[in-house]
Amino acid sequence: MIIKDVLCPFCGCLCDDLAVEVVDNKVVDVKHACKIGASKIRGHDRIKAPMMRDDKKGEFREVSYDEAINESAKILANSKRPLLYGWASGVCEMMKKGVLLTEEVGGIIDNTASVCHGPSALGVHEKGLPTGTLGQFANRADVVVFWGCNPVQAHPRHMGRYSVFTKGFFANKGRRSRKVVVFDVRKTDTANLADEYVQVNPGEDYMVLSALRAIVAEKGDVVPETVGGVPKEKLVEVAETMKGAQFGIVYFGMGLTQSRGKYKNIDNAVSLVTELNAHGKHSIIPMRGHYNVTGFGQVCAWETGFVNAVDMSRGYPYYNPGETCSNDLLMREEIDAAFIIAGDAGAHFPAQSIARMGKVPVINIDPFHSASTEMANIVIPTKVSGVELEGTAYRMDGVSLRMRKLVDVDFPSDEEVLDKIIAKVQEIKGASS
Amino acid sequence: MSEMLIKNATVYDPINGVNGDLMDIAVKDGKIVDSASGSAQVIDAGGRLVYPGGVDAHSHIAGSKVNIGRIMRPEDSRLGLKARTKLTRAYTGYTVPNVYAMGYRYAEMGYTTAFEAAIPILKARHTHEELEEIPIIDKGGLTLFGSNWMVMDAIRENDQDRLAAYVAWGLLASRGWGVKIVNPGGGEAWGFGKNVSGLDDPVPNFEVTPRQIIRNLAEVNEKMNLPHSIHLHCNNLGKPGNYETTLASFDICKDIKASRDRQSLHVTHVQFNSWGGNHWGDMESKSDAIADYLNKNDFLTIDMGQLVFGSATTMTADGPVQYANARLLKARWSNGDVELEDTSGVTPLEYHPQSYIHGIMWAIGLELALLTKDPWQVLMTTDHPNGGPYVNYPMVMTMLMSKKRREKEMAKIAEKTFERTSIAGIDRELDWYDIAIKTRAAHAKVLGIIEQGKGHLGVGADADIAIYDIKPDETDATVEFDKVEAAFRRSAYTIKGGEVVARDGEITATPMGRTFWVRTKVDNDGYGRMMDDLKLKFKNYYSVNMANYMVQDEYVERPVVVDTEYK
Ligand code: SF4
Ligand SMILES: [Zn+2]
Repeated sequence: MIIKDVLCPFCGCLCDDLAVEVVDNKVVDVKHACKIGASKIRGHDRIKAPMMRDDKKGEFREVSYDEAINESAKILANSKRPLLYGWASGVCEMMKKGVLLTEEVGGIIDNTASVCHGPSALGVHEKGLPTGTLGQFANRADVVVFWGCNPVQAHPRHMGRYSVFTKGFFANKGRRSRKVVVFDVRKTDTANLADEYVQVNPGEDYMVLSALRAIVAEKGDVVPETVGGVPKEKLVEVAETMKGAQFGIVYFGMGLTQSRGKYKNIDNAVSLVTELNAHGKHSIIPMRGHYNVTGFGQVCAWETGFVNAVDMSRGYPYYNPGETCSNDLLMREEIDAAFIIAGDAGAHFPAQSIARMGKVPVINIDPFHSASTEMANIVIPTKVSGVELEGTAYRMDGVSLRMRKLVDVDFPSDEEVLDKIIAKVQEIKGASS
Repeated sequence: MSEMLIKNATVYDPINGVNGDLMDIAVKDGKIVDSASGSAQVIDAGGRLVYPGGVDAHSHIAGSKVNIGRIMRPEDSRLGLKARTKLTRAYTGYTVPNVYAMGYRYAEMGYTTAFEAAIPILKARHTHEELEEIPIIDKGGLTLFGSNWMVMDAIRENDQDRLAAYVAWGLLASRGWGVKIVNPGGGEAWGFGKNVSGLDDPVPNFEVTPRQIIRNLAEVNEKMNLPHSIHLHCNNLGKPGNYETTLASFDICKDIKASRDRQSLHVTHVQFNSWGGNHWGDMESKSDAIADYLNKNDFLTIDMGQLVFGSATTMTADGPVQYANARLLKARWSNGDVELEDTSGVTPLEYHPQSYIHGIMWAIGLELALLTKDPWQVLMTTDHPNGGPYVNYPMVMTMLMSKKRREKEMAKIAEKTFERTSIAGIDRELDWYDIAIKTRAAHAKVLGIIEQGKGHLGVGADADIAIYDIKPDETDATVEFDKVEAAFRRSAYTIKGGEVVARDGEITATPMGRTFWVRTKVDNDGYGRMMDDLKLKFKNYYSVNMANYMVQDEYVERPVVVDTEYK
């Protein structure tokens, strides 16, 4: 059987045009996806059953789902400052349950954005976000800027489907309709495909953005001969290109959010784009990584009022990045239990945070083995969303789509596991109150 | 299900012509019935004011622009915090509440139904995800068609059957209730940073005018026999002198016969479109001209879009006006273009009584309601949260009921306001019956949901009932406005579908409401032409596949579907 119009559960492009061949409940072929997407759908080694261990250096023993779930509930219910982290490689339905569980245990919920596009949210708090859907950019953009991102590697079909090579209604010659500019500290594969590559000194993006703003505002005379390693001439040329666009779009990535300046870079980039709108039309959009990391921000915002890093210990949401993000809490050694689901803290947190996690009970819910499994006391395998489970995901531009189920498996879904943990936590808390 | 008997109620039920009669109301299985048995739960209203549950025909309660408002404004989410209880989830926010507070606060005021005013089809799934989580109230939403390529192409090619087929398909795809038109054509022009300047300014690249868009959608709306008329946000919103465009927009629909017992045109938040003058310096109220038109013509209705001083988050599919606002006020600006369909903008702002511009806006909203003779023609709204959040409705009600209350407010407002407005000279004070019309009955009539049991208390209606702690015959609303406002802020009882959901302003139960949407059959060859065009649009221009586009049933778990047919 060939299933059409399948969504890819890998990157923020959320491609929805895949064709997957399923024979005997097994994926045998994946068409139209890029390599990384296809490999996720084909699947690889799974965690086969729930496991537990007391000593993190010891061996896991296989346990029943009930035992693992009950033990997880006990840990969370008895913890004073539990961290519930991850919430990226899953569907929105499970994220809603995550917010509820966090309320039940008075914990902190934090998403992987904490260590990637978190600063983008702070930039949005400062300046807003003039943006649009990817099809708007595909149809119209004649100037395309990639800043600190490398879609050729991280979002392999992005340039083909949405940003560069695709033909649009107005941009009807595809690649030839667009001028492509890449700002990056190194000459990436994406830069190799650009019309213009602007090499920025590491950590000096903010200054380059400021210089562009000055030139756009016709105050170029205040700009020194080189800024952030870029000759003024080049800046003037690029600024004129952007200003001359009928429709300009800036895609930005971790090179901008996680380099020196962080959210101030985003603030400055949004300001540049806002000011450019006095000339043509201009938009800006973060290149989100996981296929539904955007969905967590949406769910968390409509449920708690805040986009991420929400502390529910007061019974109402409290948000203060710098205080309530995972690494803030771990480094202050406040966390006394960690619940890692659909995201890998083990692989992406700094050593000091990892050290703290070594000292507290860790529950890991994931279909696959990861660095977080290494730190865990309890491991609960679940379905792979978008392959074994239907549900909602938000593309990087905030368009939500329904993921399809391709094969049936016996694993429970994240949502089912969360439901059971919530029920058990309520039982424990109810008994003690 | 249980029975209920509300005794000694002073009832205002304008749809059934009940004007302050002392009576009992019986409820069974969530509906109003003739009489109740001896085992019914009895609530003694003790002569207190009883209204049908409030209905809000125009409010921005769910979807991507509401959520970008939350994401952009953590300072707003830090307001209005209330910790979770065994029954309720945590409340956050003032202008952009979280989904829980959104439902609870409506219910606490005696409101039981609210309609989201703008659903972009491509993002409708998101809208419904939020609507599904708003507790207690029933809802629906209006779907955006005013800058849609399918719409404009069909109009340019004079193919109304195809247009109807697309509107029907779009309502189905978005699970929408009605046809919303925002700044017709302007959303497309904004795709390249431009706008349309008036009704006869053609949309770039599409060669249709805003006038044609309004006219064709209005005609098709009536041929489709939709419960609601077209719902128009006029061109040139927020610009001094725009009242002329507004009047000319009214005229476009003057000769269109409504297919049902309702208006053939609803124009929304007209406060923002009743401005005279040529620039900010000489801006003035033209509510008199607008009200005069309404007084002479009964084919149209409007809502106020009342301004409330303090914090607001403006959000609208009118993208260009939001950019202009943000630049003028140096405020944060979010924009959300939607491929092939529309756009939107979100900008926070603060309305200051000492700004005469804001003073004039404040006055215009009230003038529209008070100068228009027929209370059914002007709905009370704040265009939440554009003019201010809906939690201020009780204050607006008292301003309509009391000249003294208005004078109290006027004392705070920049004096120049009163050279440019007529509010100071208006003596009219609305009564309990008028307020029932303006906050529930007319909303239900305008939306076309009377048949669905909304906005009234006749036998068979939904048992959505608000009891307020006020005795109309012992209360002079023209002077006791503080007492009245307090009563409207916290209902003594809010009953939703026969269940007490709030008591003295505290939530007592959190059932989930239903969602209304319309399915229209278009049975002619326009449907085939539409499908051909639609498939091409998906193949060439949409960034999602057609098979993944339409909102699936999973996102509307408690639907109420109304079927109609295109003739
Ligand atoms: S680009 Fe991303 S979403 Fe598309 S197929 Fe590749 S991994 Fe999947
Ligand atoms: Zn509105």
